[in-house]
Amino acid sequence: MDDAQLYSRLTSVFHDVFDDETIEVTPQLTAMDVDGWDSLTHIRLILTVEKAFKVKFSTSEIGKLENVGQLAALIKGRS
Amino acid sequence: MNPLYSELQWLPRPPQDFSNLLKAAGTSGESLGYDIRFLASFALDLNQLTRLAKVIGKANSEAASLHPLTPFRLAVLSNGTTDMLLPSLVGSAARHGIALEVIQPSYDQVAQEALTPDSKVNSSKPDAVLLALDYRALPLKLSLGDPEAASAIVQGVLGYLQALREGIKANSNAVCIFQTFAPPAEPLFGSLDRLLPGTFRNLIDAINRELCAYVHGSGDVLLDVAGLAETLGLANWHDPVMWNLGKFPFSAELIPLYGDHVARAVAAIRGKSRKTLILDLDNTVWGGVIGDDGLEGILIAQGDARGEAHLAVQRLALDLRQRGIVLAVSSKNTDEVAREPFLKHPEMLLKLDHIAVFQANWNDKATNIQAIAEELTLGLDAMVFLDDNPVERGLVRKLLPQVAVPELPDEPAYYARTLAAAGYFEAIAFATEDLKRAGFYQDNAKRASLQKQVGGVDAYLASLDMTITFQPFDSTGRARIVQLINKSNQYNLTTRRYTDPEVSDAENAPDVFTLQVRLQDIFGDNGMISVIICRTGEPGVWEIDTWLMSCRVLGRKVEHMVLREILNHAREARIQKLIGTYRPTEKNKLVIDHYKKLGFTNIAADGNGLTRWEMIVEGAEPETAPMNVVSQGFIASREKTFA
Repeated sequence: MDDAQLYSRLTSVFHDVFDDETIEVTPQLTAMDVDGWDSLTHIRLILTVEKAFKVKFSTSEIGKLENVGQLAALIKGRS
Repeated sequence: MNPLYSELQWLPRPPQDFSNLLKAAGTSGESLGYDIRFLASFALDLNQLTRLAKVIGKANSEAASLHPLTPFRLAVLSNGTTDMLLPSLVGSAARHGIALEVIQPSYDQVAQEALTPDSKVNSSKPDAVLLALDYRALPLKLSLGDPEAASAIVQGVLGYLQALREGIKANSNAVCIFQTFAPPAEPLFGSLDRLLPGTFRNLIDAINRELCAYVHGSGDVLLDVAGLAETLGLANWHDPVMWNLGKFPFSAELIPLYGDHVARAVAAIRGKSRKTLILDLDNTVWGGVIGDDGLEGILIAQGDARGEAHLAVQRLALDLRQRGIVLAVSSKNTDEVAREPFLKHPEMLLKLDHIAVFQANWNDKATNIQAIAEELTLGLDAMVFLDDNPVERGLVRKLLPQVAVPELPDEPAYYARTLAAAGYFEAIAFATEDLKRAGFYQDNAKRASLQKQVGGVDAYLASLDMTITFQPFDSTGRARIVQLINKSNQYNLTTRRYTDPEVSDAENAPDVFTLQVRLQDIFGDNGMISVIICRTGEPGVWEIDTWLMSCRVLGRKVEHMVLREILNHAREARIQKLIGTYRPTEKNKLVIDHYKKLGFTNIAADGNGLTRWEMIVEGAEPETAPMNVVSQGFIASREKTFA
């Protein structure tokens, strides 16, 4: 999977989780930039990513993520 | 994880454009409540349920009407984080006809909320309070091998639960929904945990038993979470990562399933459980097609794997009847043929006496189900329809959205389990009157009078995106052609049987025109479904020697399209006239008017029911149907000398 495919799939995950189809998913995107991205929605986001990409993250990985770029790197490292 | 449960496989998959449909809810002519109920009828995942709940919550906050959904206020008290659960309760409740409003107090305030008169929960006057507690909410202490200490712990827990109930009753008079407790997956000793007093497993078993005794007959409601966790497996139910991350009480993957179970309980409180099971017969109640395979050919016997699968469906239907569920039949069959196994097959568990309304005819099933509902004077929303055929299921869902129609897997062994897993007949209490209820509706399998055909069948057929493929007989298709010729009884005009060499002769004979017909639709390939043989009789005349069709594709206007195809080739071969014959047998009454309906003119009849029909090729313009037509392999037919 190349970056373009990965970000395109991440984009549909974000639209689904945050119920907002205007979100532009970039490596720099952080929780500050998205309405409703609180700690609870973060968990739902991670669950949806895990399902969409068929990966599992560890508890410490989930806590450490600072932006979408790190999430993408984590997915790439797994698949 | 078993996907039947975790993915709610009895529900159809959500449409691709779910997001757009949700956005358009309430603007498309139907009112918002109908649109929401429709969108909730699919197997929605956590995100989709969350989005649906948002739309419902918005309507509630604006006091917009959600008719026909019934409003219900549910407060949820939990020792875990419920934020992810609650939207799925709201979304799932719509599936069961409930417009749910949830009241969520602050995190882990169970006792305070129950016992304080003006707490958020009590002052909001809920219809019910769900005590969504798990074992971690209980003052459990190991008391290994000490029955008295163990019993004191169990009594202490029951005392705590009773105190919560008393508080809620006194302060808000809401119904309490208690959950049984799923024990942790980790053993201490191993098998010994089950029998040794004072282990967690032993304590929780005892608490569940006592809790059931307490709730039974109290007017409160039990939600058997322990049973649900058992069904899925404790190791699937409990998810330590989720608990550690944010006190999420069980696996996130099972939230939609849990939501549906809570919704069933709430719907049952509002009397919305379903009351009637309508059964298809061929390949549902027995294996095979009674009209074609005959009494000896259908599969219901013990010792045959397929047969046992269908017997399990019968057994479940009978058990349901025993608890008060009314049974009915809707089958595309000739009435006498469909009744035969009930009367004569020794292995049939279901008898005609068990069936309140027996509809076997050739009408579409939506019309029949409506007739059954009217006969029983029960609403369509009390009906469940079990059918192995995805086209019939789709038609009924489309035309009668109030009827519950479970998806069924390819493997019949899972039919009974799938029906049971769907929980259509959830009840919160059982009275001895229930034992008699099925009998009240009984009138020895009578037939209901059919009303006008339910509208919209044609539009549904168009949505099936059918492709019909015509080919002359060839060696590839021959085995199936021979099988159809020798097996089809019902949609068979002449019931002439031919052997493989005879069919091979027809392939090659210059004066014989043949068709093998296949049909595809959005559900897949139905394979070869019709066979035609025309023989040149007098010059310029085709005698239709054989015309047969699989009953599986009945009601889709396949016969009209077949006639069009025959006419096309007849014109090319300069044939002026088609002659058709109906030869009556015990099983082919279905097609007695076949030629009449297609526009043929009756030219002869003998005293025994045989009729002859003709159609002049020139100017004949039979009805057409919405399907793509592929006609292939006929190049050689030009060289055949038909005249």
